[in-house]
Amino acid sequence: MNFSYYPGCTLKNKAQDLDRYARLSAEKLGIHLEELSEWQCCGGAFSMGKDEIASKLAAVRALAAARDAGQDLVTLCSACHNVLKQANDAMAHDEEFSQHANNYMQLDKPYKGETRVVHYLELLRDVVGFDALKKAVVNPLKGQKIAAYYGCLLLRPSKVMQMDNPENPKILEDFIRAIGAEPVLYANRNECCGGYAVLEDRAIAQKKSSAVVANAADQGAQRLITACPLCEYNLRKNAEKALPVSYFTELLAEALGVKE
Amino acid sequence: MSKFDKEQILRTSGVNVLKCMRCGKCSATCPSYDEMEYHPHQFVYMVEKGEIDKLMQSPSIYKCLSCYACVERCPRGVEPAKIVEAVRLQVIRQAGKNHLTPDDIPALLDEDLPQQAIVTAMRKYSK
Ligand code: SF4
Ligand code: SF4
Repeated sequence: MNFSYYPGCTLKNKAQDLDRYARLSAEKLGIHLEELSEWQCCGGAFSMGKDEIASKLAAVRALAAARDAGQDLVTLCSACHNVLKQANDAMAHDEEFSQHANNYMQLDKPYKGETRVVHYLELLRDVVGFDALKKAVVNPLKGQKIAAYYGCLLLRPSKVMQMDNPENPKILEDFIRAIGAEPVLYANRNECCGGYAVLEDRAIAQKKSSAVVANAADQGAQRLITACPLCEYNLRKNAEKALPVSYFTELLAEALGVKE
Repeated sequence: MSKFDKEQILRTSGVNVLKCMRCGKCSATCPSYDEMEYHPHQFVYMVEKGEIDKLMQSPSIYKCLSCYACVERCPRGVEPAKIVEAVRLQVIRQAGKNHLTPDDIPALLDEDLPQQAIVTAMRKYSK
């Protein structure tokens, strides 16, 4: 099955593992990810201002390219996913913005939010299916207690993201079960790690990330998984207590026996 | 009368501040609460009152992490983060008012910092 794929800037650089293991695992599961031939950085954060046009266009161009390819658009980085989904929603429902953006881009065919944006985790849940994934696992991660870290951008705003219950999500826990490990529930799994504020205020990232990791460790977690390069960085570098932090795709590749 | 326009904030944000019932839940759930001089519910209230200048001068506009917790958990669907964003945009859209410039970046880097952190901060802090 073929999908358009938007990796984003960080997956080409500091988060190459997130990307590489996702591609290897997808092939193993019979899914072909076709990277868009041209894409630009999404900007990392959705511009919430309704009158912000230019800062949303990179996302809209990617969405329109997937529409033209007749494919759903798969994303992996939580931030890219958030930006693309919110930009798509604005193109579909905010008529004034959509008109400005289309006037600006002059596409052959105006874009109206037709593309379906699918996170890689949704691909596993809704296309592959967690039961089928479980059957494809050759190295179950038996006995491992893993804490899923959702952070903010995968789930919120839920009205637009529509991935899972924003306060009691389970997609990552179901994933952890499918690869043979044991999920650990903890209160801070959908609270902020400090995000980009780390750039000028490391103290807040230390405070927020420390709370997440301490909470996961208290509940018995041996390691954490995430889909977000910035969460990975904050939890690994800025938390007081050290627990290993991995991208979920790395554990997926390991379980599927395709980790190089 | 403020030289800055309450109407512009309302247009940019798309928020109806009159829906707020001042329950404070947005501020209670805000991960940046301790770092802020004005908290999310105060942003909503002060914009309603037209106290735009005070908000524009406050470092609080750079403390929002865009975590969407207030948006998700407000029982009235007010979406306070959009107000914070609109006030910050009103500041950085002025010439010479960028909060972060490319020249500031090299000193802030470490070898592991993901590109995502830099592009997001640039998007939030400068025009
Ligand atoms: S949570 Fe919503 S209704 Fe309550 S104070 Fe905040 S903006 Fe107002
Ligand atoms: S989006 Fe900003 S204002 Fe709202 S809860 Fe998060 S940090 Fe606080």
